[in-house]
Amino acid sequence: MMAGGLARFVVLILAAAICGAASVFQPISDSHRSAALDVFVPVDGSYKSLEEAYEALKTLEILGIDKKSDLSSATCENVVKVLASPSSSTLKDVFYALSVNGILKCKSGEDVPKDIVSKLQTGVKDAKLLLDFYYSVRGLVLVKEQFSGTDISLGDAETVFRSIKALSQSDGRWRYSSNNPESSTFAAGLAFETLAGVISLAPSEIDNSLIQTLKTSITKLFDSIQKYDDGTFYFDESEGPISTTASVIRGLKSFAASESTGLNLPGDKIVGLAKFFLGVGIPGDAKDFFNQIDALACLEDNRFSVPLILSLPSTVISLTKKEPLKVKVSTVFGSKAPALSVKLAQALSSGSKGSSVINNQELKFDAESATYFLESFPKNFDVGKYTFVFEILVDESANEKVYITEAQTKVPISATGAITIENAEIAVLDSDVGSVESQKKLDLTKDEAVSLSANHLQKLRLSLQLTTPLGHVFKPHQAFLKLKHESQVEHIFLVKTSGKKSELVLDFLGLVEKLYYLSGKYEIQLTIGDASMENSLLSNIGHIELDLPERPEKAARPPLQPTDPYSRYVPKAEISHIFRVPEKLPAKQLSLVFLGLIVLPFIGFLIGLTRLGVNIKSFPSSVGAATSALLFHGGIGAVLLLYVLFWVKLDLFTTLKALSLLGVFLLFVGHRTLSHLAAASNKLKSA
Amino acid sequence: MVKSTSKDAQDLFRSLHSAYSATPTNLKIIDLYVVFAVFTALIQVAYMALVGSFPFNSFLSGVLSCVGTAVLAVCLRIQVNKENKEFKHKTVVTNLRGIVAMFVIAV
Repeated sequence: MMAGGLARFVVLILAAAICGAASVFQPISDSHRSAALDVFVPVDGSYKSLEEAYEALKTLEILGIDKKSDLSSATCENVVKVLASPSSSTLKDVFYALSVNGILKCKSGEDVPKDIVSKLQTGVKDAKLLLDFYYSVRGLVLVKEQFSGTDISLGDAETVFRSIKALSQSDGRWRYSSNNPESSTFAAGLAFETLAGVISLAPSEIDNSLIQTLKTSITKLFDSIQKYDDGTFYFDESEGPISTTASVIRGLKSFAASESTGLNLPGDKIVGLAKFFLGVGIPGDAKDFFNQIDALACLEDNRFSVPLILSLPSTVISLTKKEPLKVKVSTVFGSKAPALSVKLAQALSSGSKGSSVINNQELKFDAESATYFLESFPKNFDVGKYTFVFEILVDESANEKVYITEAQTKVPISATGAITIENAEIAVLDSDVGSVESQKKLDLTKDEAVSLSANHLQKLRLSLQLTTPLGHVFKPHQAFLKLKHESQVEHIFLVKTSGKKSELVLDFLGLVEKLYYLSGKYEIQLTIGDASMENSLLSNIGHIELDLPERPEKAARPPLQPTDPYSRYVPKAEISHIFRVPEKLPAKQLSLVFLGLIVLPFIGFLIGLTRLGVNIKSFPSSVGAATSALLFHGGIGAVLLLYVLFWVKLDLFTTLKALSLLGVFLLFVGHRTLSHLAAASNKLKSA
Repeated sequence: MVKSTSKDAQDLFRSLHSAYSATPTNLKIIDLYVVFAVFTALIQVAYMALVGSFPFNSFLSGVLSCVGTAVLAVCLRIQVNKENKEFKHKTVVTNLRGIVAMFVIAV
């Protein structure tokens, strides 16, 4: 399921990326909610870790799905266990336990748990890494929210602020620790949240200059934002675009919430970030899902600007049904937008460049369904593909929040209608002269039984006129004429549209070879279709008797049509391989005879040696010398045996290995033998 | 005429034989080895003439190894021959042991 979800996610991301300048983003809907139930509700009711539990519960809470009763028991046990003995758990566990507690409310009340507070405060004091700061400061913020006891405040807030700020870099990113020079945008998001927590916990106002430096960091970070072609913006880092962007947005939201003076962020980038998360679709991964929903929730409810999304339930306008075009403007979660006006600035047709069919048309608002609609289309609105450009104007006066939208939203729209087919006729012409032999008018709405006959010297002509509702010539995407012989052999021809009409002329003289010289009855079938055509058709016109000449010897035969259409999937014929014929070897006996003959000279050599009186008198007799001499001769014999083995069965590498070993052995032994011999001859000389 | 030529041939053969017996034994051993190697090569050529040269590589290796070792033995004989005065200063090593060592390495 994971792999499928991941694959789906990748496909969705790719789809979002490939979509050109015009694309439609839909706000979070019920399909997200039902998917969340699949992803986040564990089978056995318990989560693997508190971090996972927090992510799952937060997502379900944001989406408004109430599953608390089922999941709370096992998770609450965990939470209470951690909160009861904070000294034995890590800062991270305490932080996530407090987070889960905030959602499930396992433990709440007046009394502030002193040991938790003291652990977190020592955590802040001793913290050196960014993550330690994050967990301890945010933990204190959560304790302050959940337990309404005494006021918790951070003693030396400015020092803490400075030490966190010390980990920042000039390009707006943050380092995780002072030792590690690697910086990341994800860490910057964490740092923003932590600093926002410090500001909110500070007993007195923090120096404004420090806050200004943080604002400049944020502005610098926005310089490193990246974008896709369809206008979505995101931050990318090694943790992945979704996690990184979500972390930054969380940080910005906390900072804007804790800070009294406004935070100015570029509006188009905020809308771009919202579109990025909406463009993800439904993630299959739990972490991505949580990051998506959490980030969108931060965007929906923050103090800098709330993005509004324009979406269309349907991007197809049917000219026959005469329904209005509906447009919805909402927040990212689909909640109501404030008072605003939507205008259709342009409707650019894909064919004509630049000129717009509709200009500056204001859309009417229907309060019941909270949609804007365009009722009537101008008279020159024809079928085809268009790009509609919408502009939204927010009524600024009556809002306490700042709403932001895209300057222009481009949406691809397709207009469909009924195409009229007139003057459809089929005729058989005599060649060259062009006179009509027989002509029949066609009514393509019903299957006809037109019967024609022709020989190979004549031509078949089909002509018709296709017009759009406005009277323009229509060029369909698909217009085919199919001729099917009795023996199931089929041929398909294209009907071309040019100028005023669509026409196809089949000259049988040239087509004789293509038709495999098959004479007989051919069925005629016409297919016309297009995306903008609501009345696409496939009609059997009738049949034609074709009289073609005899097939000459060399002509191609028609391919065998399978009686069963599935027979193309049966196994194919077996391939028989042709091997090289092995060479003729001589008779075995002859080879053996010659083998014997070869040995003869060697025997002759030995006999000759004895006749010459060869002696081996200087073979040493003393023990040491004798052994080395024997070993030497034995070694040589072994080498010769190795040659024989190599010839018979060994391969070169093993032979070489054995040979090298024997060679080294022979070297030593031979040297010893020779030295013995040299000593003996010296003795003889001196003696 | 024929008789005299055959008699000459016989005389020639006899004088050769007697001269040859005077050569030292070690030279005779080398001569025997050369004759053995050449015979082996000839038998292989005869076999190839009979059955065709299908594994030509085998034929080549057999014949050429025999011929090569025969040639090296002839070189050895030249260098070892004490009566060969012209060759005395042309050897790299002048003593017997060195010459034999070179022969062994060459083979």
